[in-house]
Amino acid sequence: MTDYADLSTREAYGKILVELSKEHKDIVVLDADLSSSTMTKYFAQEFPERFIECGLQEQNMMSIAAGLAATGKIPFASTFAVFASCRCFDQVRVSIAQPHLNVKIVATHGGITVGEDGASHHAIEDLALYCSLPGFNVIVPADAIETVEVIKAAVVTEGPFYVRLGRPKFPTVYKDGYRFNLGRAVIMRKGKDATVIACGVMVSKALEAADKLASQGVNCLVLNMPTLKPLDEAAVIAAAIQTGAIVVAEEHLIHGGLGSRVAQVVAREKPVPINFIGINDVYTKSGKPDELLQQRGLTAEAIEQAVRAAIKKKSAG
Amino acid sequence: MADLRTEAKFDLSVPELEKKAKQLRRHVVTMIATAGSGHPGGSLSAADIVTALYFKVLRHDPKNPQWPDRDRFVLSKGHVAPILYAALAECGYFPVEELSTLRKLGSRLQGHTDRTLTPGVEMSAGSLGQGLSFGIGIALASRLDKRDYHVYVLLGDGECEEGQVWEAAMSAPHFKIDNLTAIVDHNGIQLDGKCCDIMGLDSLADKWRAFNWHVIEIDGHDMKQVLQALEEAGKTKLRPTAIIAHTVKGKGVSFMENNVNFHGKAPNAQETEIALKELA
Repeated sequence: MTDYADLSTREAYGKILVELSKEHKDIVVLDADLSSSTMTKYFAQEFPERFIECGLQEQNMMSIAAGLAATGKIPFASTFAVFASCRCFDQVRVSIAQPHLNVKIVATHGGITVGEDGASHHAIEDLALYCSLPGFNVIVPADAIETVEVIKAAVVTEGPFYVRLGRPKFPTVYKDGYRFNLGRAVIMRKGKDATVIACGVMVSKALEAADKLASQGVNCLVLNMPTLKPLDEAAVIAAAIQTGAIVVAEEHLIHGGLGSRVAQVVAREKPVPINFIGINDVYTKSGKPDELLQQRGLTAEAIEQAVRAAIKKKSAG
Repeated sequence: MADLRTEAKFDLSVPELEKKAKQLRRHVVTMIATAGSGHPGGSLSAADIVTALYFKVLRHDPKNPQWPDRDRFVLSKGHVAPILYAALAECGYFPVEELSTLRKLGSRLQGHTDRTLTPGVEMSAGSLGQGLSFGIGIALASRLDKRDYHVYVLLGDGECEEGQVWEAAMSAPHFKIDNLTAIVDHNGIQLDGKCCDIMGLDSLADKWRAFNWHVIEIDGHDMKQVLQALEEAGKTKLRPTAIIAHTVKGKGVSFMENNVNFHGKAPNAQETEIALKELA
């Protein structure tokens, strides 16, 4: 049995895909010359006849995946998040999203924690793009254990998926035994003073911030929101009603991702102050993952300050 | 495998196919005129190829559009949906009367093909360049499922300006797919003008050859040549076949032939009357 907890999300993906494919014979995997990085190499080694190396042809890959899905296969198409979104968006839109085909796009190297490769490789628009596609399920797991559960759900749930994974290992936030529910938020901490909603690597930072705030008498409700689409609107509305102030944290542009989706629900149902932690309308540069997160304010300290600021706005209101 | 096509329910002779092609052309003109918009030029240039496929070559069953062993026809140039709809209706996939609903609110016959709505339509298209890749996916699935169906993809020549076509063209021979045939409806005209003026394509045959395809060049309006080419494609092993079909845009209607204005324009009432007379 693989111990997933210590793995990066992409490593966990590569391993669980092999496990699931032993039972699910319809799984086929496509990659665009990045299988050693997306970790689909494990599948390629185990099931070479079901692995389709597409070379550097992301557009071709997405439409091939659509053809496979139209013939009853469960294709997993993997590449880096920048290429899986921006390089072939029209193919995903017309070949996959419009006919609602059962294609699972699992993109690794999401966000800015890609690090040294720089702006061209920092995926900061992918969630906005995929959330714009009607019918797509868009998921950002927080750690390796959640990744395993998300991939299991993707196999047995009909319809197109975009799952965004990371390059470095994310801090572990779940224990074995966690069960992922598509479209459901997970309460990570209970609190009444403010809510922090996060996905991906920012979940661990939200927990760190909440624990620090709790030690100072400020109790935050922390929601892990792995499913950006369909969004758990009920959980967002309940959080707005119960706490009256929200901070959203994501490794993405603050426009078009989790923050925008939360804000739309809150504005419609229960307007409360919201602060946004994310990349603020700039392209990021080369650096180590932690340096970049620090530089762009994607830290526990920044979340803590944003919570205090949101509570202040709530009181002023 | 061509010799296993005993299930084929459509087995017209060459004169019958020529007659059927004329009937499909009449449907195309009437449908687009009724809709008030659409793409007659490319529908008419592809009419003989589509007729040969649906009424002679394809193994298919209109009563069972999802039959796993069916041959697949993938229309990559989705804007010529009317010629596909005409063939599907005449085969019995849906009532011929439904053709008059083309492009109307609530219709199963969308302006560009939609696989979720229309029985017999394999692919949702409309953004050019994606069909050959889609066909490769279907062909790769046949290998895993050990099925012997053939996949035919119809592309436009203007469509071959899309980069994705050449990604697909590079990959199909690499995958050693031989149950895939790309048919290029080479009518020489696209929306803005002649292909040679808009973006030079020549020599299309040499390009496909250079990408390791088995290439056949034919007159796409000579039914015997069309059938021979499709038969040869079915027998070709270890690599895919590209049929470069030299055609005439708007074929069959004098004032539409080689007329760029009828790439994407509906005929008015008077033009429709003349066109139907010419196609009688």
